[in-house]
Amino acid sequence: MTDTESAVALDLAGLQALVDLLAAEGYTVLGPTVRAGAVVPGRVTTVDDLPRGWGDTQEPGSYRLRRRDDEALFGYAADAISWKSVLFPSRELMWSGTRTADGFSITAGEGSGGLGDPPYAILGIRACDLHAVAIHDRVLQERAHPDVHYAARRKDAFLVTVSCSDPSGTCFCVSMGTGPRAESGFDLALTELLGDEHTFLARAGSERGRAVLDRLGSRPAAEGDVVAADEVVERSTRRMGRTMDTTDIRTLLYDNADHPRWDDVASRCLSCGNCTMVCPTCFCTSAEDHTSLAGDTAEHWRVWDSCFTSDFSYLHGGSVRSSTKSRYRQWMTHKLASWIDQFGTSGCVGCGRCLTWCPVGIDITEEVAAIRADPRPTAEPGGGG
Amino acid sequence: MPVDVADPATAAADALLPRPFRVVANRRETSDTVTLELEPLDGDGLAFAAGQFTMLQAFGVGEVPISISGDPARPGLLVHTVRDVGGVTRALCAAEVGDVLGVRGPYGRGWGVSDARGGDVVVVAGGIGLAPLRAAVLEVVRARSGFGRVHVLYGARTEDDLLFGRDLEEWATEPDTEVAVIVDRAATSWPGRVGLVTELVRAAAFDAPRTLALVCGPEVMMRFVGAELTARGVPASQVRLSLERNMRCGVGLCGHCQLREYLLCVDGPVLSLDAVRPQLGIREL
Amino acid sequence: MRSLQELLAEHPFFAGLDEDTVGMLVGCASNVHYRPGEYLFRQGDPADRFFVVRRGRVALDVHGPGRTEMVVDTVDEGGVVGWSWLVPPYRWFFDARATQEVSAVAVDASCLRDKCDQDPALGYALMQRVTGVMYERLQSARIRLLDLYGADRAG
Repeated sequence: MTDTESAVALDLAGLQALVDLLAAEGYTVLGPTVRAGAVVPGRVTTVDDLPRGWGDTQEPGSYRLRRRDDEALFGYAADAISWKSVLFPSRELMWSGTRTADGFSITAGEGSGGLGDPPYAILGIRACDLHAVAIHDRVLQERAHPDVHYAARRKDAFLVTVSCSDPSGTCFCVSMGTGPRAESGFDLALTELLGDEHTFLARAGSERGRAVLDRLGSRPAAEGDVVAADEVVERSTRRMGRTMDTTDIRTLLYDNADHPRWDDVASRCLSCGNCTMVCPTCFCTSAEDHTSLAGDTAEHWRVWDSCFTSDFSYLHGGSVRSSTKSRYRQWMTHKLASWIDQFGTSGCVGCGRCLTWCPVGIDITEEVAAIRADPRPTAEPGGGG
Repeated sequence: MPVDVADPATAAADALLPRPFRVVANRRETSDTVTLELEPLDGDGLAFAAGQFTMLQAFGVGEVPISISGDPARPGLLVHTVRDVGGVTRALCAAEVGDVLGVRGPYGRGWGVSDARGGDVVVVAGGIGLAPLRAAVLEVVRARSGFGRVHVLYGARTEDDLLFGRDLEEWATEPDTEVAVIVDRAATSWPGRVGLVTELVRAAAFDAPRTLALVCGPEVMMRFVGAELTARGVPASQVRLSLERNMRCGVGLCGHCQLREYLLCVDGPVLSLDAVRPQLGIREL
Repeated sequence: MRSLQELLAEHPFFAGLDEDTVGMLVGCASNVHYRPGEYLFRQGDPADRFFVVRRGRVALDVHGPGRTEMVVDTVDEGGVVGWSWLVPPYRWFFDARATQEVSAVAVDASCLRDKCDQDPALGYALMQRVTGVMYERLQSARIRLLDLYGADRAG
């Protein structure tokens, strides 16, 4: 827990100073930007690069930017694309090799970056997405064979979280215990206050963050700032677009593998995989081998994959999960239930992106509620007891 | 960047790079299956446990998970029995003596053969499933007196699809060891049994409560064999299956090999029947 | 030399039948032996008896040109060969060939059908046992039809 005493207040100039300081320290500073009608990760050099005065309206199957009647820099809910692609790029060269007289020689690939070179400083990552990073830390790092490129990018990443002040219709971070304010896992935590002055309450969450705050030379936060920040969070907490009851959800989904609701959602699901692309915790990948025409050099790439593709589960002449129903069930059960057995937490952070970006507006909170309202456990329990 | 083994970061990156192994033998087993014998270029053998697999790579073509079919007591020689079922396995089957393949591994949880000590061992193989079980049988035979009755029960498509003929003959000469073979159908010159491998289980005499059963073959076959074994009184916790799903990384990161909560490359491929029976009963899981 | 009564009583197919019932069957039964290569019956022949195998192995063959000449099933000791005697037109579907020295008890079909007509309880008891054999054979055949060990090529 951060202590009230060491909270400071930054004005806009202070925020710019923060950006400049991080850039001077060698970070590629990234933050939310408006591009092509959406808030997406981009390079930030000045506070003007941030989505000043922009909010968003998100519902299942719908995303629109809207003009706010104030100058909030972080007045949207969740970025359209999560920050997953910064620390875990969609394409990563694992190794390149050449045929030699003795066979082949191989060189490990260096980490790749889409938005510039690491180390990255991310200004404005939401609490839900911060939890997603923590989940990826466990999934990609705390393993027998860790993802070394992720680990390298992650170690140096400077994370500045901003509390949510205007959640959207698809948000349910409160149900998942991941927001609207982050409690840990950040270097700095900001809450935007739009009172008489445009201020940012700032707290350090690490020694690195503490050092940066000290160098900014900002004024200590006033009692009123702290109260105002708490009120922002309290208001957001009460304005969640959705809720999800996660009580015994592992048993619920394990036991209801044959529930008719799966057929229902399958009649709507296009198996397009959008949800897996925008989900900040999805991590499935595949491998691609490329060679030169002569076959004497080769590259082995790791690329994002989606369990919704028809050959994701290919085996012995066919796919294990050939129906859309089985693939949807796999995704949802993995995200909300099996993940708990595999990694100790839920895989869902309640960011709502899978609702927003589903072309047909499938809402997993609604799917869970439907099964919970009318459970149909299979005769032999699914081992979820 | 060059691999510097002294630096942990690069050493970790190195762990996922394929090691070069030279093909020293390519023996044809059946019309679509060969056994490759490989030796590492760098001299260090590949110590493994029976039931583990490697990600075997044909340079520039791709890599696939292949069970190790060799003798765990001889880590200097890596043996893989490969069936031609697609682009990568076709390239592997076509590898010639002197060719160099890439190897990552060994990966996975093996049979745990030593858990059978003091009791009977029933090995039930279907088709290419005999490959990972060969390593287990070799381990048992090497310490034969530590185990009770041993049954190697093997079902194949036809007599032309039988693997490891010489091994089967040798194992049959071991004390208190039954080797029984059955095929789905045969030419009229075949003097042996025709039918399903479950019939061999039914006909075998073993002390069910003190038996460790190791089963590998098509999943449907393993379900029926598992049912046959438990009907005989072998506890489901003492029936071990080697399961298979699509694998892209072999190290628990790509997410493909999930059987609900299990990642087969890490939690398996060997899992006990009581741990997976619910999952195997769910269609398209 | 053991009696037919004893041989029938100890065979798994007749397990659970009382002594009198087995005694009734003895009247329809005879001891038979076949050398390797000899046929118990041929496809198309009248199905006038069935065999309980005491020792050896019987192969069920289909005959036809080239590859279609094959063994579709084998029956070892403890097993039963033939149920076409139960179903009109009472003709054998396959060849049955001894692949080893075979000792069996042959049970005459029309003798047995008559006894079953007169004694439905006997008929029911036999029907249960034959159904059990058919059940196992059908399962075995269906699963082998899946050709589980067959090659599945990737695209």
